[in-house]
Amino acid sequence: MLAYISRRLLQSLLVLFVMSLLVFLGVYAIGNPVDILINPQADQAEIERVKASLGLDQPVWVQYWSFLVNALAGDLGKSFAANIPAIQLILQRMPATVELALTAMVIAIVLGLPLGLWAGLKPDSVAAKTIMAGSILGFSLPTFWVGLMLIMVFSVQLGWLPSTGRGQTAEVLGVHLSIFTWDGIRHILMPAFNLALFKLALLIRLTRAGAREAMLQDYVRFARAKGLAEERVVRVHVLKNILIPIVTVVGLEFGSVLAFAIITETIFAWPGMGKLLIDSINVLDRPVIVAYLLIIVFIFVLINLVVDLLYSALDPRVRLTGVRA
Amino acid sequence: MNGTLAGASPAREFAESFARSRVAVAAFAALCLILVAAICAPLVSPQNPYDLAQLDIMDSKLAPGEKSASGATYLLGTDDQGRDMLSAILYGLRISLGVGIMSTLAALAIGLAIGLIAAYAGGWLDALIMRVVDLQLSFPSILIALVLLAVLGQGVDKIIVALITVQWAYYARTVRGNALVEKRKEYVDAAVCLAYSAPRVLFRHILPNCLPPLIVVATVQVAHAIALEATLSFLGLGMPITSPSLGLLISNGFTHLLSGKYWISFFPGIALLVTIVGINLVGDQLRDVLNPRLK
Repeated sequence: MLAYISRRLLQSLLVLFVMSLLVFLGVYAIGNPVDILINPQADQAEIERVKASLGLDQPVWVQYWSFLVNALAGDLGKSFAANIPAIQLILQRMPATVELALTAMVIAIVLGLPLGLWAGLKPDSVAAKTIMAGSILGFSLPTFWVGLMLIMVFSVQLGWLPSTGRGQTAEVLGVHLSIFTWDGIRHILMPAFNLALFKLALLIRLTRAGAREAMLQDYVRFARAKGLAEERVVRVHVLKNILIPIVTVVGLEFGSVLAFAIITETIFAWPGMGKLLIDSINVLDRPVIVAYLLIIVFIFVLINLVVDLLYSALDPRVRLTGVRA
Repeated sequence: MNGTLAGASPAREFAESFARSRVAVAAFAALCLILVAAICAPLVSPQNPYDLAQLDIMDSKLAPGEKSASGATYLLGTDDQGRDMLSAILYGLRISLGVGIMSTLAALAIGLAIGLIAAYAGGWLDALIMRVVDLQLSFPSILIALVLLAVLGQGVDKIIVALITVQWAYYARTVRGNALVEKRKEYVDAAVCLAYSAPRVLFRHILPNCLPPLIVVATVQVAHAIALEATLSFLGLGMPITSPSLGLLISNGFTHLLSGKYWISFFPGIALLVTIVGINLVGDQLRDVLNPRLK
């Protein structure tokens, strides 16, 4: 286990290194770093000062080294638009995005598991066919268009829910969150559902496939032969066995929810880091773009690592093949 | 192979097993209709939506079915420029489908070549290529495309480059997996014994046997590419204003949505939805038909 963890850690560090190299090459070698990292409105003295502090007069490998050192120290330049360090700007926006993503995940799980189980246990019923048709729609509907339609129906036509912003936030453990105020919940409902839709469709399909497979297994037949109630067979024997792959997928998909939040946040003007990215791209605030990239890469590598370690803890077969390979 | 179909030509056999699902046939018919409508857009659309001489600003933001001052009826309404939405959608379909299909074909060619090379060469080259594929597939395509467009800037050529970049890895992985299986088969040994050159063995012998799963992946990827392009255009990072794809039309309607003028966003979205669902349904059926395990 220890060998597996350290090997996996090493791999993650390697990926981080490669990605930092790619980002560096994108910013410093392909583009002109002076244009990218220094405010175009700065005067000549300021440009010279920043150039020297970023080491842009040095050879490339020295530049990469100082880029790495600066990045590790959390210094990726100042946002042109907000005039505060880019990293700080993104970290300020992060709780909003994480809150939205987590709420979306919870919605997807709370709705997806029962619907998927239903479709898997009674595959020929009308309800199951409706659920599966719905999940095809969930896969095919472009997220941004669904968002617009939600606004059209619930904000414009019915006037039930607000269409922009986070609403009133409450401070919990030093972080501002929407889900602890009624106004905040009204604001988060639509964007979270919009973001959850794709994962909901995925979870329904996964649960259905798992349930159909599990129902054919000997242990289910045995549980029934013992005379257990159908409800107990499903809840204990079927559900427990299909949970492992579902937990893995939910974990892995969390990263993609963070990425897709870019779209949802833009539609609903949710002040998270995804909206910050789009705003920064639109006003060419490049230090923020670079910082966002590095942070999101780090989060992805971290999620992959945690999921892999959890999985190996849950399923010993993974560790064993890892040792042999 | 199915006994009752013995003697039928492969194409006929394929068509018959595809037609077993009525939903797939309906989807295929709808797709054909959309394709024809998109190709013939200048012939079938009521007006040329980008010929300013045909637009009348007095007709702007008319609801679906309303009559214009000149007496023409706009079935799907007009946008803020007085442009007939039906015509705009037909022209937009052309651009969306064109970009989707073109980028998929290019990515298919690139991914295929890289995957075949990885499978045939093996060793460190294979390991290197597959690590790059793994690395890329661990990030969502929307993120990679956004980043590329942020660096490259806007334009039709750039969005095609971005779409190719996010897609090639799927094909490389699929074709490598299949080629590795095919490589061990006897007909490949026979071809090698006949002293055929490596490219000939790869492209004439191994490749044709790897095609069925690739066709399935490519079909579904066209839908992905179209959806991705629409999303990027909606975010303002995709197609330039001179190439109004469905995504741009929807984005344009977003500004009028809050004042209750839903049709400017709604109908292009429906067109996009029907196209994507159609492709996915056809892809699903192709997967069943081409899967040797189900025969």
